Amino acid sequence: MTPATAPAIDEHPRVISGDHFMLGDHACAEGALAAGLDFYGGYPITPSTEIMEHLAERLPAVGGTFVQMEDEIASVAAIIGASVAGARVMTATSGPGFSLMMENIGLAAIMEVPIVIVDVQRASPSTGLPTSVGQSDLLQVRWGSHGDYSVIVYCPSSPQECFDLTIAAFNAADQYRVPSFVLMDEIVGHMTERVVVPPQEKIQRVYRKRPSVPPGSPEFLPFKADEDLVPPMAHAGEGYKVHMTGLTHDERGYPSLTAQTHEKLINRIVDKVRLNADRIVRYELINTEDAEIVVVALGCTARSARRAVARARMKGIRAGMLRPITMWPFPQTVLKELAGNGVVKRFVVPEINLGQLCREVHRHTALPVTRLNHPGGAMITPDQILEALEA
Amino acid sequence: MQEEAVDNEVTEIRISGYGGQGVVLAGQLLGKAASLYDNKSAVFTQSYGPEARGGASCADVVVSSAPVDYPLVSHPDVLVTLFQEAYMKYRPMMKPGGILILEPDLVQVKKDEVPHHRVPATKIAEGLGRKIVANVVALGYLVGITNVVGREAVEECIRATVKKQTIDLNLRAFDAGFSLAAKERVAS
Amino acid sequence: MSSGAIVVESHPADTLLRAERLPHILCPGCGIGSVVHTYVDAIAASGIPQDKHVCVSGIGCSGRAAGYVNVDSYHTTHGRSIPFALGIATYRPELHVTVISGDGDLTAIGGNHFIHAARRSVALLVLCINNFNYGMTGGQAGPTTPLSAMSRTTPHGCWERPFNLPFLAQAVGASYVARWTVLHVRQLRAALIHAMNKEGFRFIEILSPCPTGFGRPNDIGDGISEMQNYLRRCVVDNGIDLRQTDIDLTQQDSPIYVGDFVDVDRPSFRPQVVQHAH
Repeated sequence: MTPATAPAIDEHPRVISGDHFMLGDHACAEGALAAGLDFYGGYPITPSTEIMEHLAERLPAVGGTFVQMEDEIASVAAIIGASVAGARVMTATSGPGFSLMMENIGLAAIMEVPIVIVDVQRASPSTGLPTSVGQSDLLQVRWGSHGDYSVIVYCPSSPQECFDLTIAAFNAADQYRVPSFVLMDEIVGHMTERVVVPPQEKIQRVYRKRPSVPPGSPEFLPFKADEDLVPPMAHAGEGYKVHMTGLTHDERGYPSLTAQTHEKLINRIVDKVRLNADRIVRYELINTEDAEIVVVALGCTARSARRAVARARMKGIRAGMLRPITMWPFPQTVLKELAGNGVVKRFVVPEINLGQLCREVHRHTALPVTRLNHPGGAMITPDQILEALEA
Repeated sequence: MQEEAVDNEVTEIRISGYGGQGVVLAGQLLGKAASLYDNKSAVFTQSYGPEARGGASCADVVVSSAPVDYPLVSHPDVLVTLFQEAYMKYRPMMKPGGILILEPDLVQVKKDEVPHHRVPATKIAEGLGRKIVANVVALGYLVGITNVVGREAVEECIRATVKKQTIDLNLRAFDAGFSLAAKERVAS
Repeated sequence: MSSGAIVVESHPADTLLRAERLPHILCPGCGIGSVVHTYVDAIAASGIPQDKHVCVSGIGCSGRAAGYVNVDSYHTTHGRSIPFALGIATYRPELHVTVISGDGDLTAIGGNHFIHAARRSVALLVLCINNFNYGMTGGQAGPTTPLSAMSRTTPHGCWERPFNLPFLAQAVGASYVARWTVLHVRQLRAALIHAMNKEGFRFIEILSPCPTGFGRPNDIGDGISEMQNYLRRCVVDNGIDLRQTDIDLTQQDSPIYVGDFVDVDRPSFRPQVVQHAH
C-alpha cells in the first residue's frame, strides 16, 4: 500500500494517485477528474451535493469549468452545450433533480451528445426521505425521457467503484455518443472507504470519434454513422457548420419529418447500444458455479447480499450472487445462462424499491423469483436476505 | 477491569456526541488508520441531514480483517458517548456485552448501567491546552482499550490527515487517551 | 415558369444561409425570415469570422431560425436554448453565440434561464422575436400577449398583464437592450453588429408580424397591415425610461417605443480560474 499523504497546498494534481480513505461522492468526483472532466454544470441536492462541492473546489484548480446552474433542467442543457463545443462533461443530482433532467436527456440521446449524469438515489417519490437511501430510479434512468433511446448505466457498490465506474461512464458516453449514468445510492455515496487511485498513465480515456475529413468537405455528414452505428462528432467553432436538432433528422442533421427517417434514426440510436451490449455489459458473479439459489442485487444492496450468501454457505445452502454492474444494458445473457444451467432453482431479488430489478429478472427466466423489497429509508439487511434464501 | 476483546471478524464502533465535539474527525481517523495504515478494511459513515445539525450525532466505523460488506453500524460492539443526549439515544442499541466508553463530566449514566469506561476526555484535552482535541483523547482511549487498530497506524494517520500545525497537539491528545487505557489495563 | 417568377442561380446570402434548406416553412407575411436575413447580414458585417459564430435556438417558429443559418447551429428543447448556449459560450469563450427564439420560448418556459443568464452576464446575444403568441402550435396566448388580445387560449380576450421585455432585461442585468421591429431592418442590423461586438448578456426584442396566429384573430389583417401598424405607431426614443415601454394594443394610437435603450459596459461571465500557488 502507498497511502497518499495530504497534498501540499500548492499542488493541484488532476489525478491524485495513491490510496485514500474517501467518501463515495468524492470518489465519483475524483473519477470524473481522472476521466478528463472539462465542464461541470449542476444544482445542489442531497445526497449528491458532496460531488458538486468537491468539484467546485477541485475543477477550477485543474483548469476546468464549474458552473452552478439555476436548476437541473439548465444543468443538463449546459453540459450538452459544452459537450457539443468539445468538453468532457458531467452533472450530478438526486431524485427530484433527476426528474427535472429527463427532458434534456432525450435531447442528448437524439442529438447523440456524450454526457455523464450521476444520480445518487434517495428514498422517493417526490421529496421523500432526502437523506436516506433508495434504489427506485432503476427504470426511470432507462425510460425516463419520452420515446425510445438508449443509455448506459453503471451501478457502483463501493467508493472504489464510484471512482472506477465514473471513468467508465465518461468513456462509454464518448465511445457511443450517448447519455451515460452513474446510478449511485445514498449509502454508497455517503460511505467512506479505501479508494485506490491508479497512476495517471494507467487510467484509460476513450474519446469520441472525430471527423476524418477537413471542414467544408462535402462528404462529411454529421449524422452518418460508421459500422459501429456511431457517427464521428464535429465540435462548435471548428468550421464544419453542423446543425443539430431535437427534431428527427437525416444524415446532414437537417429536420426530416417522415416516418422513414424516424425509423432509421431511432433504430440506430437504440441499436448502437443494443448491438454492442456484450462489449458494454459488466457484472460480478460470486459462488455461482454450483449455486442453487442466486441473489441478483446491485449497489449497496449487493453488499448485504454478499454477506447473506457467505452466511448461507456456512449453513450449507448453495447460494450465489449475480451483481449487475451495468444496470443497462442489463446482463441478460449471463442471467439466462444461469437460469438455464440446470442447477439454479430460484432467484432472490432484494432491492430498495417495490419491484424494479425483479421485473428485468422475470423477463429473462421462467424460474421462480423471490422478491424482497423495501420502499426506501433503510438498507435491506443480510439477515433479511438470508431469510429469503432459507425460505 | 478486565481486558476486553472484540470480535476479530467485524467490529462495529459508534462515536457519538454533539456537533462541534469532533466525533466525525475521530471516526474518520479511526477508519482511515485501519484501512490505509493497518492491514484491515473499514467503512466510515455519519449522520446526515437535520439530524446531524443539532443534538446528538454520531460517527460510525465498521472495521474488519476481511473486506467489509454490510457498511452500517446497527448494534455497536464499541460505543463512545461524549454527551448526555447521545448516551440516551445510542445506549439502547449497544450490543449486549459491548464496550461502553463515556465522558463522565458530560454523561450521567442510568443507575443500572453495566461496567463501563469513564474517560474525562475534555479535562484531559484542556490540560493539553485545547479543549477541541477531546475527540482525539477519546479515540486514543478507544484504541488503547480495544486494540481494534494499531497505535502506530493511528499516529501515522494523524500525521497525514490533520493540519501541519496541529499534528503535535493531536498526537499528544491521542497519546494521553491511549496511555490512560494502558494504565487501566495494567491496573485491572 | 409561367408565373413569371424571377429565378436566380445565386444569392448574396448563399454562403450565410443553408440554401439547400430553402424555401423555409414559415407562413406568408411572417417576420422571422427578415430577422434571419438581417442576422446573417450582420454576421457578414460583424468583423467576426463566420466560423466563430454559433446560433442556438429553442422550440417554436422562431426556434427554426437556427436551421437556416450556415454557422454551427443547435435547435434545442423548449425554453432551454439559453442554458445550452451558456455551455458553449462558457466553455469556448472565443465563440460568439447568438440565441434566436420566440417570446414564449424565452420568457415563459425559459423565463428562469433568461433572468439568470442575464444576472450572470453570460456572453450571449439573445434575440427575442416577439410575435405576441405561440405561433407553431396555432396561436395561443403567451407572456407577451397584450391585454384584451384574442388568441386560441384567450377566446374572450387576454386578461393577464404581459411582460415589458426591455424593462425586464434591463432589470436583470443585460449590458445591452434594444427593441426594433422587422420593419426597422437598418436599425436592427446596426444594433446586431454593435451587440455582437459587446460583452455580457445582450438582448434585442424584435417585434414581428404573425398574420396566422395573431393578426387574424385580432383583425389586424395580413403581415403588411401589421407592418403598417408598426410604421404608424412606433416611436424611436433611445433614452426613454423603460418603465414606459409597455405595449398596449387596446389603445389604437398609443405609441410603441423602439430604440437602443441600454448600452453599458459589463464584463462577460467567465469560468472561475484558480491560480496555482507557487
